[in-house]
Amino acid sequence: MRIVVVGYGPAAHRFVETLAGKGFDGRVTVIGEEPRPAYDRVHLTSYLSGTSADELTYAVPGGIVTRLATRVTAVDREARHVVTADGGAEPYDVLVLATGSAPFVPPVPGAEHAFVYRTIEDLDAIRAAAKDAVEGVVVGGGLLGLEAADALRALGLKAHIVEMSPWLMPRQVDEGGGSVLKGHIESLGLGVHAGSGVQEVVTGPDGRVAGLRKPDGTLLEAQVVVFSAGIRPRDELARACGLDVGERGGIVVDSAMRTSDPSVYAVGECALAGGMVYGLVGPCNTMAEVAADRIMGGTAAFEGADMSTKLKLLGVEVAQFGAMDGALDVTYMDPVGGVYKKLFISDDARTLLGGICVGDASPYTALRPFVGKELPAAPSDLLFSGAGATLDLPDEAQVCSCNNVCAGDIRTAIADQGVTDVPGIKGCTRAGTTCGSCVPMLKQLLEKSGVEVSKALCEHFAYSRAELFDIVRVRGITTFSELIAEHGQGRGCDICKPAVASILASLHNGHVLDGERAALQDTNDAFLANIQKNGTYSVVPRIPGGEITPEKLIVIGEVARDFGLYTKITGGQRIDLFGARIEQLPEIWRRLVEAGFESGHAYGKALRTVKSCVGSTWCRYGVQDSVGMAIALELRYRGLRSPHKLKSAVSGCARECAEARSKDFGIIATEQGWNLYVGGNGGFKPRHADLLAKDLSTEELIRTIDRFLMFYIRTADRLQRTAAWLESLDGGLDYLREVIMEDSLGICADLDAQMEHHVATYADEWRATLDDPEKLGRFVSFVNAPGVPDPSIVFASERGQIKPVMAR
Amino acid sequence: MSWTRICAYDALAPERGVCALVDGVQVAVFRTYDGDLHALDNLDPFSGAYVLSRGIVGTRKGEPTVASPLHKQVFSLVTGRCLDEEGVSVPVHAVRVRDGLVEVNVRRPAGFFEELRAVAAAG
Repeated sequence: MRIVVVGYGPAAHRFVETLAGKGFDGRVTVIGEEPRPAYDRVHLTSYLSGTSADELTYAVPGGIVTRLATRVTAVDREARHVVTADGGAEPYDVLVLATGSAPFVPPVPGAEHAFVYRTIEDLDAIRAAAKDAVEGVVVGGGLLGLEAADALRALGLKAHIVEMSPWLMPRQVDEGGGSVLKGHIESLGLGVHAGSGVQEVVTGPDGRVAGLRKPDGTLLEAQVVVFSAGIRPRDELARACGLDVGERGGIVVDSAMRTSDPSVYAVGECALAGGMVYGLVGPCNTMAEVAADRIMGGTAAFEGADMSTKLKLLGVEVAQFGAMDGALDVTYMDPVGGVYKKLFISDDARTLLGGICVGDASPYTALRPFVGKELPAAPSDLLFSGAGATLDLPDEAQVCSCNNVCAGDIRTAIADQGVTDVPGIKGCTRAGTTCGSCVPMLKQLLEKSGVEVSKALCEHFAYSRAELFDIVRVRGITTFSELIAEHGQGRGCDICKPAVASILASLHNGHVLDGERAALQDTNDAFLANIQKNGTYSVVPRIPGGEITPEKLIVIGEVARDFGLYTKITGGQRIDLFGARIEQLPEIWRRLVEAGFESGHAYGKALRTVKSCVGSTWCRYGVQDSVGMAIALELRYRGLRSPHKLKSAVSGCARECAEARSKDFGIIATEQGWNLYVGGNGGFKPRHADLLAKDLSTEELIRTIDRFLMFYIRTADRLQRTAAWLESLDGGLDYLREVIMEDSLGICADLDAQMEHHVATYADEWRATLDDPEKLGRFVSFVNAPGVPDPSIVFASERGQIKPVMAR
Repeated sequence: MSWTRICAYDALAPERGVCALVDGVQVAVFRTYDGDLHALDNLDPFSGAYVLSRGIVGTRKGEPTVASPLHKQVFSLVTGRCLDEEGVSVPVHAVRVRDGLVEVNVRRPAGFFEELRAVAAAG
């Protein structure tokens, strides 16, 4: 069978993905007019804060043929092929129209100078225009309009919102909610002009946009105008080939997503299902799944969809579920705190019909599954946060509306497939994978199902690393023996010993080989070098920021030559010297320390390097001194022990040559200061760092990194990189911001003091080792023949350097 | 079968190992927390590197252990058996304290275990 899909947006993506998942073995061709495969439009705005188009773009399922940047101009239903703009024809047995929608642009004079907010190209154009602009206007105060206004604000513009209805978000909230919402948005400095239409987009004498005139004659000055006043289904292909379309647009489909031609289907925003056009990702995904199922011979049906919405726009939570009216309603309104909550209830006061929330959406998660069902508690109780947390969901209650997953599906995954965590649920059921608003609910279901996720570090401690950290900190414990005697059992292992050693080092910052602590260390920390496959070690002197004098380079070369070491440049802008035997390490380091080198901590779960590009000192593009900043940061955090290794980089401009966004904390220079990104890493599962804060001064930057690192060190699991830590953090990036930038937990002074202690007490651990005969005494090959080289260590030569030879 | 002195007992730190070279055999000697001594072959059978003396000493369900510093497989200090992979073990050597000095007695020639391993790998 040959399937042709016209349009490559999210609905088309879900369609081909579902086909692939069901093992479809025919030919599938997707033709899209955009230059890239489908991408995540729910998170489109994040593109402006640095998420790349590639990151937003969905992977193309294997075996699918794609034709991008290709327009379909006609459908010949007789011949069963589609015609493309280049004159080619693509034959089909089944055609799926997923042509999406186009933003509605009101036919007012000057509208051609306005932007719309739908594609990555639209955002590029808006960003370019915003460069020379001071003010912007968004026409449309719905969900997408507010998002566009937020984007303009993020681009540095003073933004206005013009909405035809008497209040904002008329589809989601009633008048009372609208007034609370308006208060929130105005307090952010945005202008709200509700109950107003548009007369014209005004251009100045130079032909550029100068503002927007309202019907009452007033002019809102603006250099950027964005229309976001609803969508219109793209049904022109269907119309031209004689398929049934609705009076107000949309391709008419039945519950199987079939159009008036049984070999043509339509899914997504272009389809008119049950007399409705759906513009939300959840219903569009369901349509795509239904069509795929039907084409494969299934019996799935699209019976309409829950249009419930929960979102956080401009920092304000807004949610709506179920009906927007009812015989009875219960309202809670706090205009001072900016909270509005309303429940609609049947006339017998027993059945929940729907609800509206502004400023606090917590009832949404708990109550949405009860729509159409008996009220689980007194309405007034239900309106307050957390009241729903103990409610037991019925199996048929929908938990994830984006992917149509019910509580029962999740319980089945937990019971039958042994899923024990949220990522497991996501993998099994797809719940929580699209907008993520149901993740708290998933956690509750896990907890209620009695899944006990052991947080014990190992058999010796029943505590997580974060709990052990608190125990050590609060009780002032300084040795492993004390800790395990009072809070553990046995004598530890290769899991808990290095973890406790790291906690003690983070808190007290003494030498890692002092006293009993020496026995807790992995071999790398025990010998302050990196063990290699043949039992030799590699040596990495610190080269802060990757900046090094010729004299120091020569010393490294001489040491490598004199000890016969294999030499390689690392990814962190340093030099790694391989093949050193234990008894050689002190001699090697004596020479390096004499030349002014310090330990690079390449062996430790600690700060490794802060890479940098060459920066404004030399580079014609650089806007800040990235090398100077990288050196300052590396010197500040050197020796800081942490749950896992820490890497950083500083780029001197937005070209990002230092690859800072692949680091645990990355800094990118801006004209105004520094942008700080956190939670990136390369490795097994690469992740780009998220933007934590913009345009920081040097002082703000350092304070924020101090707190980020210390909060991570306190709360992360053992061997959990910042990327995984950030993803597991309840509340994610917003929560992190609240804790370390707004001090929501009141711990910032403590974090600052801890970092000050680290900085003040840092000492180079190799120099200290060389000065301590007891520590040095351990650097021997054999206890009974200290000077005899290990005979099992053998090297061959390759490309002019040594390489290890293993005995087998 | 003869005892070889390798070092003073006091030179051994609790919960750490050292390596001794005895008649060409690398012997890893460990002192546990309660002061007992154990000796294993220093060769890590998984990696083929002579490194077990540099592993972390601990316990598993009360049994004293060492974890290979390369890939963390755990061996019993008492039996030499690998507790993470059945059928793998390292030779155990005799160790004792005489007059404050540590002595080891290497029970097998160096080649023996290698041969055994070769047989095990082949079959």
